Amino acid sequence: MSTVLETSGLFRRFGKTEALRGVDVSVRRGELVGLVGPDGAGKTTLVRVLAGLLAPDAGTVRVLGRDPSKDPTVREAMGVMPQRYSLYGDLSIAENLQFFGRLFGLRKKDFDERTKRLLDITRLAPFTERRADALSGGMYKKLALACALLHQPEVLLLDEPTNGVDPVSRRELWELLHELVAQGMGVLLATPSMDEAARCHRVILLDQGRVLADGPPELLVRELDHPVLEVLGGDRNVVDAALLAHPDVRAASPAGTRLRVVLAPGSTERVRVALAALGARMTPVVADFEDVFLARTAHHEAVAEAGAEARAS
Amino acid sequence: MTEHAIEVHGLSKHFGAFRAVDDVSFHVETGEIFGYLGANGAGKSTTIRMLCGLLGPTTGDATVAGHSVADDPLGVRRAIGYMSQKFSLYVDLTVEDNLAFFGGAYGLSGKHLRTRMDEVLTLVDLRDARTANTADLPGGIRQRVALANALLHAPRIVFLDEPTAGVDPASRRAFWRLIRRLANEGTTVFVTTHYMDEAEYCARIGLMVAGRLVALDTPSALKTLWVPGTMLAVHGAGLGPAARALDTLAGVHAVEPFGAGLHVRVGADLGDGAAVTRALLAAGASDVSVVVTEASLEDVFLAAVATPEGPAATAAGGAK
Repeated sequence: MSTVLETSGLFRRFGKTEALRGVDVSVRRGELVGLVGPDGAGKTTLVRVLAGLLAPDAGTVRVLGRDPSKDPTVREAMGVMPQRYSLYGDLSIAENLQFFGRLFGLRKKDFDERTKRLLDITRLAPFTERRADALSGGMYKKLALACALLHQPEVLLLDEPTNGVDPVSRRELWELLHELVAQGMGVLLATPSMDEAARCHRVILLDQGRVLADGPPELLVRELDHPVLEVLGGDRNVVDAALLAHPDVRAASPAGTRLRVVLAPGSTERVRVALAALGARMTPVVADFEDVFLARTAHHEAVAEAGAEARAS
Repeated sequence: MTEHAIEVHGLSKHFGAFRAVDDVSFHVETGEIFGYLGANGAGKSTTIRMLCGLLGPTTGDATVAGHSVADDPLGVRRAIGYMSQKFSLYVDLTVEDNLAFFGGAYGLSGKHLRTRMDEVLTLVDLRDARTANTADLPGGIRQRVALANALLHAPRIVFLDEPTAGVDPASRRAFWRLIRRLANEGTTVFVTTHYMDEAEYCARIGLMVAGRLVALDTPSALKTLWVPGTMLAVHGAGLGPAARALDTLAGVHAVEPFGAGLHVRVGADLGDGAAVTRALLAAGASDVSVVVTEASLEDVFLAAVATPEGPAATAAGGAK
């Protein structure tokens, strides 16, 4: 499979903040690549550099063999949906689609076919006369995605396209993505949803401007050396507080019917003893990709560090 | 004071011929974490805006913290906290300047304002970040500042409209820990989310489809009602193409992609998963493993949106 997007040694700094510190990523034709990382990891900066909207301080970007910042014509083959996508707020859904259809020079027949399909999938068809600035966050996102897909790009960059999108539409958008990818589109998708990351062919985990991991999600889950367990019994609030304070606990899900923990490698017995004193026990469960994310980026769970980070910046 | 924090009676909002909210009735207990779910455009935000006294109902009424939203919207607004979907902070101000500004808007000043700022910053674990510039904060922290703003005037009820959209998994856990802390201290929390794993954290859930409230119960009761049968979690290679073989297998109620695998809901006869495994292997899948799992609220959501007329249709028809 041929590579449609490739970077080498990308650096980008904003003032004192090093947003990207030597990032190498690639996307092949027909490949759906997920980009995940804690808030502030550099995901949005990377997407903007890839889109040619922001120049890197060092390193190279190649999209279909060309540099999008020097050769803007390559952008005709790219679809980009930034996190804050600008639609025309005083235009209706139908008018926004028409605007982008003309911008991309689509023929009427293609435009009509694709618009109908995209409106069906996004379930926006009943609302075509509604102005964009009167749409809820999720509906706005869906319209933005429809606009980005109108010209059927070869390379698609999506920055958190499903924030605020409901589960039904999200599922349908994913079916659409899989279909486009099967037809050969290369997609890089930044997402805060680990459920979505697990559906990608490959996931790139970015943290503090560097690539921490890059591989198929099922492989990253298999390679996880952190124990993942369910905690049963004891007083929920007492147990939760103890888990949060325990140095071997990388993450604990705070509520719900069950309490799930990700522990430091080899620490199960220590935590088991500590919990036994509170009348709680643990049983192993099957790890998923969210556990991988929590284990690898656990330093962000520490609230004190978040405060310190904020002061330092 | 009514016995429920929120009581909703026949609440409707029409925009021209469009019924954004259509004859909705329910109540929320004091100190409850109440989840309000629905598809985009189903009427969640319109309901919240009415319950917060920001939008008058077309017909019907609701009592929120003892005030009628139709007759006393100002009383409602003073009694509640609201964190909107597109919450706004002044990014060129520090965290504490933001709080002081919003506190002033609520009529707080002087020593009382200082005390409340200390209290809410402690509650959201941001005492150390008070002098940070809001612009420099990651999304998950900024969202906690927005929550602190909504809590400054010590409301008994808070409305959180998709507070965790776009926030990373660790920050989402930290935020839900805060929500539980609020509820433990007696604050009523009315929250919307599109993350169905988060919805599990709610004591009860209301589900809206096209302006109507089609389901309301605890997460486990909703699962029993809307997605009966046994849920099988299937993993393996080549599941996508092979899954079509399950469409014609008797006793299979629903097949949904779930993460990298499938969720297959089956009747009692197929509960051990053997028939499902055989069918998938025969259709070209390999390394198939099947375990019994619990239905998720995402399964409930999909079933309710597909057949809003009621769960009976789902059980009988085997909705796909």
